[in-house]
Amino acid sequence: MSSDVIIQAIVSGLLMGLVYALVAVGLSLIFGLMEIVNFAHGEFLMLSMFFSFWLWALLGMDPLLSLPIVVLALAVLGFATHYGVIRHVLNAPMLAQICATFGLAIAIRSGAQFLWTPDFRSVQDPLVAGRLEIAGIFIGQPQLVAGLVCFAAFIALWLFVTRTETGLALQATAQDRQAAAVMGIPTDRMFALGWAIGLGCVGVAGAMLSSFYFVFPDVGINFALLAFVAVALGGFGSILGSLVAGVAIGLVESLGGVLISPSYKLLIVFSLYFAVVLVRPMGLFGRY
Amino acid sequence: MWSMPTWGVPMLLEVKDLEVAYGDFQVVWGVSLNIDEGEVVTLLGPNGSGKSTVINTVSGLVPVLRGDILVDGASIAGQPTHNRAHLGIAHVLERRRVFPYLTVQQNLILGAWHRDAKAARDETYEHVCDMFPILRDRSGQLAHTLSGGEQQMLALARGLMAKPRLLMVDEPFLGLAPQIIEQMKQAFEDIRSTGIAILFIEQNVRLALSMADRGYVLESGRMAVSGKAKSLMNHKTVRRVFLGA
Repeated sequence: MSSDVIIQAIVSGLLMGLVYALVAVGLSLIFGLMEIVNFAHGEFLMLSMFFSFWLWALLGMDPLLSLPIVVLALAVLGFATHYGVIRHVLNAPMLAQICATFGLAIAIRSGAQFLWTPDFRSVQDPLVAGRLEIAGIFIGQPQLVAGLVCFAAFIALWLFVTRTETGLALQATAQDRQAAAVMGIPTDRMFALGWAIGLGCVGVAGAMLSSFYFVFPDVGINFALLAFVAVALGGFGSILGSLVAGVAIGLVESLGGVLISPSYKLLIVFSLYFAVVLVRPMGLFGRY
Repeated sequence: MWSMPTWGVPMLLEVKDLEVAYGDFQVVWGVSLNIDEGEVVTLLGPNGSGKSTVINTVSGLVPVLRGDILVDGASIAGQPTHNRAHLGIAHVLERRRVFPYLTVQQNLILGAWHRDAKAARDETYEHVCDMFPILRDRSGQLAHTLSGGEQQMLALARGLMAKPRLLMVDEPFLGLAPQIIEQMKQAFEDIRSTGIAILFIEQNVRLALSMADRGYVLESGRMAVSGKAKSLMNHKTVRRVFLGA
């Protein structure tokens, strides 16, 4: 096996890993903030892909150009999810919280099947298409753009959370919501903001995926599964952990596919996950 | 001697016939207390007598079952917790509760969240760092790496960052070394000299009464006795509540 193939696999895995990381960080942010697991995360990704697809199919907007619209729509959906569903189960038993987001997942997925049928759809002739060849390595241009945009979104998120006052208030709310509240921080609004940002991340990832990935109602399931692995691997609530774990999953998946067999790639990802949580149950960068 | 009549001038904080329950379990029964501008008042009582519950109700962390809470004569019982900081009430929670994974400086900056406090933030920051110089030395350190005493100083300083008129402090001396307790007592004196009223909870009766103007003593969720700190020092009810004698 030539080194070209290995480098090829590393590049593809890295780019896909950046997309996984952005999906995962949204999940991690929401959990870190309010200890609620969003089981509908994959379905929100699916919705953002469909949204991006329909903007192309009906209005002729390329996914790259409609990106801000999709992100904004998902952020609004995040607010709506918090105020419509989550805040009503915030102090409820964990089982009620699980049922709320799990029920939301089923409702969204079934709704998508009902409205749009389970057919596979794809955006034809996207703005960025084809592939680049650099020293014998082929890089799909949509994948390259997706990886870079997701990485840029990641950096923006990190700067927001660590460098702005609202970001600090978000962290404070995550670390001790009562202490934050007595200082005057409106914790309920912080939770809503967390949902808006978490789903906004999903919006970026979904919009970028839609230009090179099939769009169908079940598309979110695999991404959500990998996001859960990434969050557990990186550590719940850790932004840096999501990045490292997302990229690691992308690399393991892609290298495993090349070195062993594509049909075993998920097996290898989950073996890595088991190995890490056995040694470090809180994940690589987790605090608890 | 003639003095200004004070009736009609609303108290800074007034708790009226407060009753509080956790679910079906009532823990506070008809408690009333009041604090005027610039006063230092201690709320005493054995473990589980409802001291923390009373001040948690004032800051809105626990809902009022019956009775009322008034600031400057206006009821705040229906206000969400985060609105009460704007009214000039700061609450330093039991066991410090600093934000462990934020730096000392970030903890303090967040303390000045509402508009008036934010406007004076840099000035207040210098002031609290002069009060506790160790916080300036440790400004870039994550709060969870501080010692217990330093964390208590940070919690108190963070409360002051909100520029409160009333600072409520829940067990500020718990688990502190004697020389840190002396430093905290000095800080309380400094705070009082700036005109901020203090309501604090303490288990050590002698220590609390030596610092306060007045005291309230709770027993099993009811007000057992209240009065000037000096008069409570050897009060037979206080002795009974704390020593069972």
